[in-house]
Amino acid sequence: MISKNTTFAGYRRENGRVGVRNHVIILPVDDLSNAAAEAVAHNIKGALALPHPYGRLQFGADLDLHFRTLIGTGSNPNVAAVVVIGIEEGWTQRVVEGIAKTGKPVVGFGIELHGDHDTIMRASKAAKTFVQAASELRREECPISELWVSTKCGESDTTSGCGSNPTVGNAFDKLYELGSTLVFGETTELTGGEHIVAQRCRTPRVAEQFMAMFDRYQDTVNRHKTDDLSESQPTKGNIAGGLTTIEEKAFGNIQKIGKKCLIDGVLDKAEAPTGAGLWFMDSSSAAAEMVTLVAAAGFAVHLFPTGQGNVIGNPILPVIKISANPRTVRTMSEHIDVDSSGLLQREMVLDQAGDRLLEMMLRTANGRLTAAEALGHREFVLTRLYESA
Amino acid sequence: MIHLVLHDAKDTVAVAVVEGVTAGQELTGWIMDEDRQIKVKALQDIPIGHKIALKDMAEGETVFKYGADIGRVVAPIKAGEHAHVHNIKTKRW
Repeated sequence: MISKNTTFAGYRRENGRVGVRNHVIILPVDDLSNAAAEAVAHNIKGALALPHPYGRLQFGADLDLHFRTLIGTGSNPNVAAVVVIGIEEGWTQRVVEGIAKTGKPVVGFGIELHGDHDTIMRASKAAKTFVQAASELRREECPISELWVSTKCGESDTTSGCGSNPTVGNAFDKLYELGSTLVFGETTELTGGEHIVAQRCRTPRVAEQFMAMFDRYQDTVNRHKTDDLSESQPTKGNIAGGLTTIEEKAFGNIQKIGKKCLIDGVLDKAEAPTGAGLWFMDSSSAAAEMVTLVAAAGFAVHLFPTGQGNVIGNPILPVIKISANPRTVRTMSEHIDVDSSGLLQREMVLDQAGDRLLEMMLRTANGRLTAAEALGHREFVLTRLYESA
Repeated sequence: MIHLVLHDAKDTVAVAVVEGVTAGQELTGWIMDEDRQIKVKALQDIPIGHKIALKDMAEGETVFKYGADIGRVVAPIKAGEHAHVHNIKTKRW
């Protein structure tokens, strides 16, 4: 059982935030720079490239989100230092300057006027220095309230709503009481239960902001849907797992925010919270997109309940999998960090399941690799708002 | 052994939480919120995670799970039958 005296061993960064990993990342600004970034990560052992397909001819709010996600990823306390590589100097420096506000080591390289070879050589030299410096950083004892915890479920089935999601909810209730910073999201997946979420908002103003985000997303769905989003929301996997309607999925989803904690504020995609409490982030329910957004918002550890067995990971954010489906736990055991299937046979109560998850969360924070980390799952997926120019 | 889980006594469907539920089997359901048990006979095979109807339901009726409205009946369902996308649909979208 956790209390305000519970601690974990984390890396305290220059800006005071605490991380649980010590990555040196090679961050491409755009698709064209992936090859150089991956070459640097190949040269320098311990450096991690984060390739992605975007960053060219984006504009307006979509471009703002692109920069916010890249800068947020570099700024995450699980990252010790960053080498940024972009096709041209201007946008590269924009990302460097954003990350530099944290005070952590960061340097950028533009490929134009240099070519890949020269860029890779210079960036590799910087990465080597960063990796060696990071290897000398030491973990220190930090209060549990300094651990930022995110949640999002995936490949949900009916066991998610009965077992693994309430387990996360129980953990969230306990963390909330201790002053942790928490986040959930998945806007469309609250459809049918949005009034319950609105009622859990701390103030009418927050409820209003939440409903505005919810209504906006509903408009997008209604504008583009063909039938009723069947096979998409719920997904084909959800349906195979026994979930029938979006309402049913939503009520299961909402179990993740527990019974007691209140929603203290709302966040735009990849936006960092400004204080402790439970935050709602307006986000897609696609696993890798959502986890990438909360990583960019600065969260350090992620609780991921799954029914049918989503295998997602993230390059910088440890993703802890919880399942209450005995078949999934048996057939996909290498992906599951916490088995809470006993809940559905009354072999344990929710309080015990929550404690078991929190224990694994602390072990993970202290350095234990998650199943997804050990298996090399590094899904880094940027959210796009609309087509490029 | 618990074969089915339901959240609220008001629920009209329950979830199979074990593998291999077959037609004709007498099932034990657990109402989580009240820690109380109920009995129901399966009329069809129910895969793990899938729902079984706890009462006869006519077209247009509201289906309850979590004590809440999760959609409408689009084809008649008998107690003990498999309740899923072939006989239940969202009221949204």
